[in-house]
Order: sequence, then structure tokens, then C-alpha cells
Amino acid sequence: MSTMAVDDVAVAPVNEGFWTRARKAGLVLTALGLLAVLLFPALAASEPARFTLSEDASGAALKINGTVGAALFGAVALAAGVAILAGLPKRWFTLVLGVGLVGFVVSFLCWQVSTAPAGQNFMPLVNIVRGTFILALPLIFGSLAGVLCERSGVINVAIEGQLLMGAFSGALFGSLSGNLWVGLVAAAIGGTFISLLLAVFAIRYLVDQVVMGIVLNLLAVGITGFLYERLMQPDPAKYNSAPHFSNWEIPLLSEIPVLGPALFAGNIFLYLGLLLVLVIHIGLFRTRWGLRTRSVGEHPTAADTLGVRVLRLRYRNVLLAGAVAGIGGASYTLALFSFTKNMIGGKGFIALAALIFGRWSPTGALLAALFFGFADQLATYLSAINSAIPSQFLAMLPYLATILAVAGLVGRVRAPAADGKPYIKG
Amino acid sequence: MTNAESGSPDKEPATTDQAARTTLDNTERAEPTSQQPPERPALGQLFVANLWAANTFTVTLLSLVLAMIVGGILMIVSDPDVLATYGYITARPGDALNASWALVSEAYANLFKGAVLDPDAVGLTAALSPISETLTYTAPLVFTGLSVALAFRGGLFNIGAQGQATMGVIAAGLAGFLLPLPAGLHLLVAVFAGAVGGAVWGFIPGILKARTGAHEVINTIMLNYVAVYFLVWLIVQNGVQDPNRTNAISRPVDASAQLPRLFGDNLRAHAGIILAVLATWAVAWLLNRSTLGFELRAVGSNPAASRTAGISVTRTYVLIMVFAGALAGLGGSQMVLGTTAAALTPLVVAQIGFDGILVALLGRVKPWGVLLAALLFGALQAGGNRMQSYSGVSLELVTVLQALIVIFIAAPALVKAIFQLRAARAARPQTSLAKGW
Repeated sequence: MSTMAVDDVAVAPVNEGFWTRARKAGLVLTALGLLAVLLFPALAASEPARFTLSEDASGAALKINGTVGAALFGAVALAAGVAILAGLPKRWFTLVLGVGLVGFVVSFLCWQVSTAPAGQNFMPLVNIVRGTFILALPLIFGSLAGVLCERSGVINVAIEGQLLMGAFSGALFGSLSGNLWVGLVAAAIGGTFISLLLAVFAIRYLVDQVVMGIVLNLLAVGITGFLYERLMQPDPAKYNSAPHFSNWEIPLLSEIPVLGPALFAGNIFLYLGLLLVLVIHIGLFRTRWGLRTRSVGEHPTAADTLGVRVLRLRYRNVLLAGAVAGIGGASYTLALFSFTKNMIGGKGFIALAALIFGRWSPTGALLAALFFGFADQLATYLSAINSAIPSQFLAMLPYLATILAVAGLVGRVRAPAADGKPYIKG
Repeated sequence: MTNAESGSPDKEPATTDQAARTTLDNTERAEPTSQQPPERPALGQLFVANLWAANTFTVTLLSLVLAMIVGGILMIVSDPDVLATYGYITARPGDALNASWALVSEAYANLFKGAVLDPDAVGLTAALSPISETLTYTAPLVFTGLSVALAFRGGLFNIGAQGQATMGVIAAGLAGFLLPLPAGLHLLVAVFAGAVGGAVWGFIPGILKARTGAHEVINTIMLNYVAVYFLVWLIVQNGVQDPNRTNAISRPVDASAQLPRLFGDNLRAHAGIILAVLATWAVAWLLNRSTLGFELRAVGSNPAASRTAGISVTRTYVLIMVFAGALAGLGGSQMVLGTTAAALTPLVVAQIGFDGILVALLGRVKPWGVLLAALLFGALQAGGNRMQSYSGVSLELVTVLQALIVIFIAAPALVKAIFQLRAARAARPQTSLAKGW
């Protein structure tokens, strides 16, 4: 966490006696489990809740009575919570916590699906998983852009602007050239443009990085909105009709039930995103570049003493981040939609949340992005079955989860030590 | 995910070390000290010397000029007709220059006419109309700008003015159409409700920062979105949604809870601008004359030293955020109690919270500076409306201009280099508050 915060913590966070972080998490999980056991079965209908392994009601399905399912999986969550509270060995903690949370979610779903209007009480798992990945895509690219920047010590609040600029220039140059690959490269350059501004002002002119990020977001909204109204709106055929990447099915792998159609029949952005997670993970933790990046993000003075060119590395990483986010923006305009004003609509900030929730690591960011994507997809599904749960509250989930994480209720979250501090040699 | 992955073992010493260094030169550098040299040369000489030096005023003015130049270029490249004249610029350069000049000068002339004065206006109402529009847009920006500036002085970066304004507008709106109160009292209650709504939303990141060390930038960003989704949900609830409408709009605020208009019923300027000036005075007094203001500035420049001196840093952080939230909430309340809108809609607060950040930076995080900066932004908004309807130049250009102005003033070294300014005698204006997550 922030340097100031470390000084300000009223209670020392390290040794807390009985109430360790694990026990606190266990307490929260126990409370959730109790809620699930006591409330969800009572609210659920005694109808079968079906989870179909296809895109509609047909085909093989996992079936369970709504009341029974809600009680059963609620009990799983409760048991996991109690186990953690009782003082589980540390190596089991993550696994049991995961099982408990999944139990809670499934219990919730049993309740929701069983009370859906007749004929709709099924949940098409293929749709849910595929939707999760589609909605998570811009978050994955965005949070990877954040990882690249912040691991080398530059705060990236401008993810939103980079995604938006990428989406815009991908759409513009994709339609002007009629070529997908030109659009993709243009999108990367668009994102890099915002990154370049961030880099120059943050590294060269030492402007506060959070300030710069916020201003750049507004600048991106302004420029893309202005050019959209001047060019794209009057003549969409010329300026806003970029071709779209089609889905590429990978033979064999796409036959795997549920995961196959979702993961191995997607468009280039899905494969690229997952590949980038892997590449950046290996790059950060297994290569020379990664070691240097991390050392520059933690202790630039020490890195400089050892001969690492701090500023050059930061420039390079920030620009790279812009390209990654720009491609993420193109996952909208070169695959799904045509460009509209402010079309990213806060996804960049959820990506920032995913970055923090994933503790500044590529794999963590991927998992967080998938979790947030799932929450988003669930909100869509629930409003389609007229659920009593307002979709807005599910939409709040990523933000609330991040606040809890940062406040230390869900685990320890710590940014790279030199994140946001300009490096002045000498 | 594990600690082993997250870097070098000696990160904690680096942390505290850097904290001491950055906090020391934080806020003090943010205030340019006054331009008084020890012995005075002739006034005229001094004027000329300071005119082309990198002082606050010159840098701001030149930033505005630079932003408008970039805006002009954007206008030209996005106009196919004008762009066509550049195709034969070597044959007839006059065409391209004339067309560009006509386009840009007409747009900026309309910007000016919409914001300050229209020379062709007939009658008092028409003549006052631009000023009235400018003041209408200025009032809420003063509040959100003050909110950000106040927190900034206390060493906290309040990105959450948008969320606090949203909670303010919700509370003020609900009080405005749910409570059956007599005129006068109703308005007071509604305005107060707005302040409380914002204060609650400021309290959350404040207490989290003080108790757990959770960074206020992250938390306020997240709370912005929570507030928006809450607003969107609330509007369509029974008793809140306008029963005669099917879209997402609430019942209108009662007339008894609306801020009175200043220049008659045909002009939109309302009493909010008076409140804004009062708030500016109050914040200036709070910062410079009160004990709390002293503690706040002390904590802002060096929390460790303040704690040693016996100031409760936790309490100060919470108070700063509560005050900042209340100010932003007041700004939000004007969006529904003023003349911009009379009912809650998902976009009722517009961008005032994010604009407030720009206003605070442009005003060099000083109360009266914020008021002037808000006036400039309000004028740009008002003029932008006219520019859009008369010249067909999208209102989005105003967002571009505002962002560019702040980018330029945030990097005075760049402006100085472009215009070859001489270094100012006093410390250069610095809006940077270098601080990590």
C-alpha cells in the first residue's frame, strides 16, 4: 500500500493474535454460508433448477431441486467458513476459501434459477462461460496494461483512455483501409499515443501520475467524441464501418463440453489476451526484462546503481502498455460493435480494479477480470429471467470487492513500492 | 499472487525513505509564493519583466492559447471541405489559409459570444444571457473544485467528487420531492441533505484511509461507480420514479425547494453562484485562519511530523474527507435544485466531479483560484453550447480544451520551453503532488 498508509495504520497489521487475516476471511465466509443456508432455501422454489451444458434448454444438464440445491451448496460454504475459522493449515486456505465461495454462488444460483418464470428455469452454461470471457476481454487487456506500467513504477489510471483511443483508431483506420490488420495496428498505435502523453508528462515533466491519468481519460473522451461527431456520425459508411474478425474454431479442443465453445471458438482477441497473460507472466518473473522491470518498480535507485536505465525502461513499458490496451479497445470495434461515443463506459476503471484486486500480477489480474466478467454476465442473465435481485447491485460488485480488498478485509494488497513516484537521478 | 513474486526483499525501507522525501516537498511547492521582489524597480519595468516570465498568470494564459491552437487544428482536420483546400495548397495557399481561418475564428467567436457578450444582442435579457449561462455552469464546478482542492491541501487526492456529488444530488432530490415543507425551509433542508449525502460518501474513504491505510484514490474511484449504479437503481423505484413516465426519470423537485433565479424568469442564473462565492470564502477562511485548517495543511505537508506535534492524523483525514464530500454534495445538489434540471436522471450530475479535479488543478488548489478557474470552465461550457448550435462544432471540443489547458499548466516546464519564457523569480507553479498508491 501507499507509503503514507503504512505509517498511518492504527493497528499493526502483521501479528494480530487470534484474528488473523485468514480467520477474518473465514468469519466473512461463515456469515455468507449462514445467509445461504438460512435464507436461500426458504426463498427458492421446490422446482428443478437445470444447468444445461449447451446454449439453450436442450441437451445434457445438471439438475437439482432448487430448495435442496440451495441448502446443500449453502452448507458447503458454511462448512468451508467454519473450517477456516477453526484454524486450517495455511496451505489449504486458498483451496477451501475457493470451494466455499463457489458453494455460496451455486447456492445463490439454485435459488435464482428455481424461481425463474416457467420455461426459463435453466441456466445455459455455455452462454454464461462464453459471455464471461467476452465481457472480461477488455478488462484483461486493460489490467495487463496496468501491470506493465505499474510494475515499473508508473501509475496507470489512463487505462480507460487507452482502451477508448484504441477502439476509436481501430474503427477509423479499419474502415478507411478496409483491412482488419491495419485496424489492429492502428488501435495499438492509438493506445500508445495516450501512453506516450502519460510517459512524457509523468517521466519527463514529473506531473503527478494520477492527475495525468485522469486528465488523459477526459482528453481521450473529448478527442474521440469530437471526431466521432464530426466524421463518423455524418458519414458512417466511410469512417465507421470497420470489418470484424470472425471466430476461429480450434479443431478438437472446441469439442470439450462447456469450455470448448467458450474458449476455443472465439476471435483473435480472446486468444491474444490469454496468450498475453502467459507471455507477460513469464516475462515478468522469468526473464531479465522482468527482473529489471520489477526492480525499477520497487527500488529505482538500487536498480540505477546496478546499471539499469530506469527512465528508458519506464518509457518502454508505458508505451508497451498503451499498445496492449489499444488492442483491447479494438476487441470492441474490430470484433463486436461499431464505434460509439464513450463506448468503453468505465471498463477501464474496472480493469484498474481488476489490476488491484489481482495484486498487480498478470495471472491475478486475469482471475479478477474473469470474476468481474462473470458478475457482469450474471447481471445480464438475472435481468433476463426477471430476478428480484437488481442488476445494478451486481454491477457494483467489482467496485465493492476492490474496496474490501484494498481495506485489507479479503487479503493483503500491496502496490509496487515505487509505484507513482517519479525517479530523479542523483 | 504470493509475496515471493512481488519483488525485492528490501522494499519497506525504500518505502518509508521515499515517503519522507515526497511528503516534504508536496504541498508547499503547490503554492506559488507571491511575486514580490525585495526591492522594487520601476513599476513599468517590473510589469514587462514579469509579463514574459513563467509566473502563474502567464503560464495559465499561454496554456489557454496552446489549447485553443490544438483545438483549432482538430477542427480543421475534421472538416472535409477545409481539408480539401489543403489538397492544392501549393497551387493556391490562400484558399487553405482563408478557409481554415474562417472556420476556426467563427467557432471561437461563437464561443466568446455564448460565454461573455454578444455584440448583436438586443435588450437587457439578451445581453445578460451569456453571463447568466456562464454563471449557471460555474456554480456547481466551484463546489466540486473546492472539494478536490481542500482534500489536496490535506494531502489526500479526492477523485471521488463525482460520486460525492452523485450522492448529494440523490439526497437533495429526494428531500426536494418527498418532504412536504414550507417554502424557504424546504430549500434549506434540501441543500443540507445534499451536503450530508456527499459527506457520507466522503466519510467512507476517509475512515478507510485512517483506519486501514486503504488508498483514497482507489477507494474514491470505486465509490464513484457504486454511487452511479445506486442512482440508476433508485430512479426506477416506486415513489421515486415519475408516475407519468416510463423512462428513468424521477418526480420533479417541488418549486418550494428550488434555488431562486437571479435575473428574472427568462435567465437561468440562480442563487447557487452566491452560495458558491460564500463557500469559497468559507473554505479560504477554514484553510488559512482556523485551527482545523492549520492542522489540515500540516498533515498535508508532513503527516509524520504532524503526529509528533500532537495532531491526530486519523481524525484530520476523516474530517478532510467529510468536508470535501459535503462540498461536492452541495455542488451535486445544485444540479437538481438549480435550473439545469428539476428531476433525477442517470446523467443528472453530468461531469461536474471530474471537471472539479481539473478546476482545482487550474486554480492551483487555492480557494479563490478555484473560483476563477470554475468561471473559465463555466464560460467554456456556456460558449461551447453556442459554438455547437451556431458553428456546428461539437461540444466535445470543450472537453478537449479543458483537458489540454490542465495538461499544459501541470507541466509549466513545457510551456516555458515552447514560448522561451524566462524563469520566474518565485518558485515555479507546481501542481504536482507526487505520491504513490
